[in-house]
Amino acid sequence: MGKVVLKLADDISTDVIYPGRFMATVLPTETPQYAFADLTEFNAALRGNQIAPGSIIVGGHNFGCGSSREQAVSTLKGHQLTIVARGFARIFLQNGINLGLRTVVCPDVEASEGDELEITELEIINKSSGKRFSVIPLPSARQAIIDAGGLIPYTRKLLIERTGRAF
Amino acid sequence: MGMTVAEKILARASCRNVVKAGDVVEPKVDLAMSHENAALVINQFLEIYQGTNLQPKIWNPSRVSIIFDHRVPAESPKTATNQKKVREFVLSQGIGKFHDIRGDVGGICHQILPENGYVRPGSVVVGTDSHTTSHGALGAFAFGIGATEMASVWALGTALNIEVPATIKVVVKGTFKKFVGPKDLILHLIGRLTAQGANFKAIEFHGPAIRLMRTSGRLVICNMSVEAGATAGIIPADKETVRYLRSEAGVKGRIDLVTPDRDAVYDQVIEISVSKLEPQIACPHTVDNVKPIKDVAGTRINQVVIGSCTNGRLDDLAVAASILKGKKIADHVRMLVFPASGRIYSQALAKGYLGTLMSSGAVVMNPGCGPCLGIHEGALGDGETALSTTNRNFKGRMGNPNSQVFLSSPAVAAASALKGYIAHPRKGAK
Ligand code: SF4
Repeated sequence: MGKVVLKLADDISTDVIYPGRFMATVLPTETPQYAFADLTEFNAALRGNQIAPGSIIVGGHNFGCGSSREQAVSTLKGHQLTIVARGFARIFLQNGINLGLRTVVCPDVEASEGDELEITELEIINKSSGKRFSVIPLPSARQAIIDAGGLIPYTRKLLIERTGRAF
Repeated sequence: MGMTVAEKILARASCRNVVKAGDVVEPKVDLAMSHENAALVINQFLEIYQGTNLQPKIWNPSRVSIIFDHRVPAESPKTATNQKKVREFVLSQGIGKFHDIRGDVGGICHQILPENGYVRPGSVVVGTDSHTTSHGALGAFAFGIGATEMASVWALGTALNIEVPATIKVVVKGTFKKFVGPKDLILHLIGRLTAQGANFKAIEFHGPAIRLMRTSGRLVICNMSVEAGATAGIIPADKETVRYLRSEAGVKGRIDLVTPDRDAVYDQVIEISVSKLEPQIACPHTVDNVKPIKDVAGTRINQVVIGSCTNGRLDDLAVAASILKGKKIADHVRMLVFPASGRIYSQALAKGYLGTLMSSGAVVMNPGCGPCLGIHEGALGDGETALSTTNRNFKGRMGNPNSQVFLSSPAVAAASALKGYIAHPRKGAK
């Protein structure tokens, strides 16, 4: 269960999530301070720890479009946010899976800021409106990476398996 | 059942006879490109080896390319220190295709790869940059990935769990009017498809207008395919690809052209005729907010930018110089020109284009990404408007969320710099 702390429109770009001028900062320990840096109020709330871990951002279609910058994922992951969107841009979604950011694809989701959402594998239940919305499960290829704990442990496992034999 | 170019390339790279859209494959990577964000890739790469007893070693350093372009010369101690770390890593791993900050062989990654012949038809190219789609202009399957995914490629030499994309076929017919070209075509297409219209899909370009187009124009088309969400934009290789690779990129060895099967299966087919197309402008703050120039002509501008991995090539500078020759840009306009590579810079210098642009009042800057991504230089003031030949106009993209960015071709940018407002480059046209 989590509360919707931010509701966003379609086509939210990685320039909005993590503005390019902070791109010299790469460490996941340092990127969270610049999350949504140009939405100054929301950024201040994040930095002031006024947003509980597990809180939810609801986006429209094509969330995370634009640049491949991974900071746009580590900055959200650092605040332990969950992203529910009608759809995601490919690279952002993949980066989210690789780094273990919780992303949920829910094409019909309806929610307002302040609503409480319960997210299961199959659906989102909006506790505030009582409505339920189906979730699109991740393809199994992506689920395998999540199950391994992210792309780094997943790759480490393959590397160990494959080392010592010609590949 | 036949295969598209994307399917053929991914089948070969995954050692399979046939793949189809939706299959999950693990293709061998022919070229793995990063820029300054290699600093983050290195961290993730070293992390993979934590607790394994294995020495961190790139699977094949000759297939890795690192290019400094996003913040050159470094704008801050932080960037300079990251670049230093990357240089040391390049030396320790023996990475071959490294392009440091140099006036001769430096430049923007999406120009450096083609001009050095690093990309071949049929290759699988990954890059930690969304505009890696550019390299589909040479008939490759090229797509953007994040830094952690690149670390995984460096370790294994393959891209994991790749879903073969469905392909949209775009057939382009007709002949461009004067001062209308590839940038207008791709902006028009993005407007039609919308910013997410090609999400998780490849776009394959066909038709006589594409066959007649030089590689420099094809790079524009594939570069911006990602602005419609495409995983990859691909122009099947042909005679022009071979000409470019032999005579401009110095490629000697064998070149295999990969073309789609006659009975390849496409997700949808879109036909476009360019004969009546007028210059197209992407308006703030999304790339798919595309309008014909007549709808925005007269919009006052403060800054014009000509350059980037989209339109910083020799023919772009040539057209701008032809329009500005002997004239002065408007008093209230700042015009910034940044050639896409050192090679292009020297060629434009030798041909006199840079001198012409400077005499008109433009500032010619060093090759690199410059103001495109809003980190480094050329920021806009509050409430100011830019007209740029780059590929993105998202809010804040050029460094200031309180400014606006319009996108156009170099011809429109040059003509508008003269007037001080968005203007059609053809005399008398609206
Ligand atoms: S010129 Fe702009 S779009 Fe191209 S690689 Fe550089 S920052 Fe990215």
